[in-house]
Amino acid sequence: MVDDHHHEEHPGGLMRWITTTNHKDIGTLYLWFALIMFFIGGIMALIIRAELFQPGLQFVEPQFFNSMTTLHALIMIFGAVMPAFTGLANWLLPMMVGAPDMALPRLNNWSFWLLPFAGVMLLATLFMPGGAPAGGWTMYPPLVLQTGAAFPFLIFSVHLLGISSVLGSINIIATIFNMRAPGMTLMKMPLFVWTMMITAYLLIATVPVLAGAVTMLLTDKYFHTSFFSAAGGGDPVMFQHIFWFFGHPEVYILILPAFGVVSQIIPTFARKPLFGYASMVYATASIAFLSFIVWAHHMFTTGMPLAGELFFMFSTMLIAVPTGVKVFNWTATMWKGSMTFETPMLFAIGFLVMFTIGGFSGLMLAIAPADFQYHDTYFVVAHFHYVLVTGSIYSLLAAAYFWLPKWTGNMYNEKLGKLHFWLSTIFVNLTFFPMHFTGLAGMPRRIPDYPMQFAEFNMMSSIGAFGFGLSQLLFVYIVLQTIRGGRKATAQVWEGAEGLEWTLPSPPPYHSFSTPPEVK
Amino acid sequence: MKKRFAGLLAGLVTLALTQPALAEFGLNMRQGVTDISHKVYDLHMLITYVCIGLAVLVFGAMFYSILNHRKSKGHEAATFHESTTLEIVWTIIPFIILIAMAIPAAKTLIAMEDNSDSDLTIKVTGYQWKWRYEYMDGDAQGVSYFSILSTPREQIENAAAKGEHYLLEVDEPLVVPVNKKVRFLVTSNDVLHSWWVPDFAVKQDAVPGFINEAWAVVKEPGTYRGQCAELCGKDHGFMPINVVAMNDSDFVKWASEKKSAAAAAAGAADKEWSKAELLAKGEAVYGKTCAACHQPNGKGIPGVFPAIEGSPVATGPVDQHIAVVMNGRPGTAMQAFAGQLNDLDIAAVVTYQRNAFGNNVGDVVQPKQIKAKR
Repeated sequence: MVDDHHHEEHPGGLMRWITTTNHKDIGTLYLWFALIMFFIGGIMALIIRAELFQPGLQFVEPQFFNSMTTLHALIMIFGAVMPAFTGLANWLLPMMVGAPDMALPRLNNWSFWLLPFAGVMLLATLFMPGGAPAGGWTMYPPLVLQTGAAFPFLIFSVHLLGISSVLGSINIIATIFNMRAPGMTLMKMPLFVWTMMITAYLLIATVPVLAGAVTMLLTDKYFHTSFFSAAGGGDPVMFQHIFWFFGHPEVYILILPAFGVVSQIIPTFARKPLFGYASMVYATASIAFLSFIVWAHHMFTTGMPLAGELFFMFSTMLIAVPTGVKVFNWTATMWKGSMTFETPMLFAIGFLVMFTIGGFSGLMLAIAPADFQYHDTYFVVAHFHYVLVTGSIYSLLAAAYFWLPKWTGNMYNEKLGKLHFWLSTIFVNLTFFPMHFTGLAGMPRRIPDYPMQFAEFNMMSSIGAFGFGLSQLLFVYIVLQTIRGGRKATAQVWEGAEGLEWTLPSPPPYHSFSTPPEVK
Repeated sequence: MKKRFAGLLAGLVTLALTQPALAEFGLNMRQGVTDISHKVYDLHMLITYVCIGLAVLVFGAMFYSILNHRKSKGHEAATFHESTTLEIVWTIIPFIILIAMAIPAAKTLIAMEDNSDSDLTIKVTGYQWKWRYEYMDGDAQGVSYFSILSTPREQIENAAAKGEHYLLEVDEPLVVPVNKKVRFLVTSNDVLHSWWVPDFAVKQDAVPGFINEAWAVVKEPGTYRGQCAELCGKDHGFMPINVVAMNDSDFVKWASEKKSAAAAAAGAADKEWSKAELLAKGEAVYGKTCAACHQPNGKGIPGVFPAIEGSPVATGPVDQHIAVVMNGRPGTAMQAFAGQLNDLDIAAVVTYQRNAFGNNVGDVVQPKQIKAKR
């Protein structure tokens, strides 16, 4: 305790951020990086929506359009959502389990600093001969092998992003298992800690599989192997199996931490403990397990045998059970609470409602015969944007408003926060709800131009997208305003807040808990 | 406010799904014209209603709670936080609903995958960016042709008004007889494609080196339109599928016309053609086959597709030029056209490329020269 100040010595300026091993500094870096990537990926989405505003080709060439859909997905998934959750984990895990810092601080520094290089490498492909990758974020061969000079940069960028995720995951697991305060048993951990731990395991299990798959692409292109070429005895569909063995757990990597965030926020503002804590933990673990045996539901139209189609249809439908349990538990948490509706709660309820809409369309997609019609249409685009934008991104916005007073010591502007929520919610639904209809009516994904019957709904989606994109500038303004000052936050911040992080002052000391707190 | 918004959404969905008239404006899945497509449509409607029912219950409970259990109304928080009975109930009830859904879904799936006892087999091959249809048996056995987008470039570039079937029209549709079980053998020549006709509920990926099966028994004569459903590169959005279903007698007539046209084309290869004839023919072939990559003006796309204008191939030795067109360039997007174009087409397009875009080499290639190289 006496030499607290000694520990707080660190270089100033730029060197502070480059050399930092502090979980809060690194968490901040992750969060800013994610926000920047969110806007870069967002600009790409707006280029897509501008081109689709009307039928016909107006602004971009089809090849560049395909690059935009490809990079938009890669940047949003690997650059925005995943780093944002790792950033949250960095900030919160030590404070939630009663630790001074993450277990492996130097590794922490490295896993962050891989990201900007990977991101720059990916974005640099826009300026390479042959253009940026345009084969879709799923990188299906043989099309992806037609990529020009950008191809190896795409692969190495995916490798670097993957290494960063695995290192981050190792750190998260090591922290949770080794740094908990005395008395904090596993079943006393906040649900966010649980979901981050399960997510970390999913990452460690699946990212190496992705790394293997993209390395096989690399050798197919440059070293004359034929993993995915029928002419040499390989199989293009095998790539899809390997990819989705990673890819399906990946979608839970993007949503499980969101479950954790919402499970922290709803009880706080309902002033009532989380309903069914144990069943929430078991449901999360069940979802994680099931995520490994459902991958081929992304591939019903690839010519799988009937037995395979039946198995993957049944296993996929099964995921609705634990997911339903979660939604019911959140609803039961709100039930007979004493609710108030500050911005974090609004975003959490927005998550709850719209993620459930995405869950319903997911259930529809699981029905294999119907999926033959839905597959690769805008119905799928609507589905995964409901779970990713109004699911993952909404939980991240909720988290930002929820913990920003703790992080900065200042309250954000509640009026502007609510305005941000309502603008986002109106526009995000205007963007993505009509996509259900265009998809059902038969509009394929990833096309730069479309038949006339889809014109009205596409125009609505484009207007919604620009509205949603511009509304996020308000978020940046609110965050900057809060960092600069504002009403001082108490340690507790929220009336109903419970957990170790709320026992620390706002802002918390540089090293969270230098003596472990006692957990009863 | 939120409740009203969700109510509006639910209302819109219900409206969209219960009014068949609206289906034509593209709000809902098409019922289609085969037994299977009707079954798929019914399944889609069933699961949609189940979801809407569950949504009303779950969102109803949420919004009741949001409206009533709020601090501003003085509601005190209860303290309950677990109930094993409830957890079991809301695990088992969804499970039962899922089983009720899984049974009809599995039945339909089994029916869809029954490819046996077909009356007619057609091989469908995806190319960047067109479809090839080959009749393997039946009245049209041996008939083979490409089907390419026929929407004029000007409409896509907004220089002309868009037609009714903008991007959903082709030069030569696939023709099938009604009330016959037609089996489609779907494969690809280059990258993945997906052959999708919504009215048949048939969507089958075209995988190079592998053959996938699908089938349809079309009940009503008519034109059915679909699009490629798997990203296949630059012109993925520009390779539609048209299927014309016709009565058996019309189909037989169409087949014999197709066969005599093919015989006439084979005879044309032995004839000596004038330069003007070859240039006119070559321009048409170029527009359909080459312009997607090398561009209508022959300038290509720098870094991606080479230019024909002033290219060393098109201005160099003629034998090399013919070889590139016939055999392609392995490892690039340049396909081998020997199997796609007939002797006359290749002779014409090579002649055209050597004399257009300011290349002015001046030579003429006759179909006989191509025939000799096969």
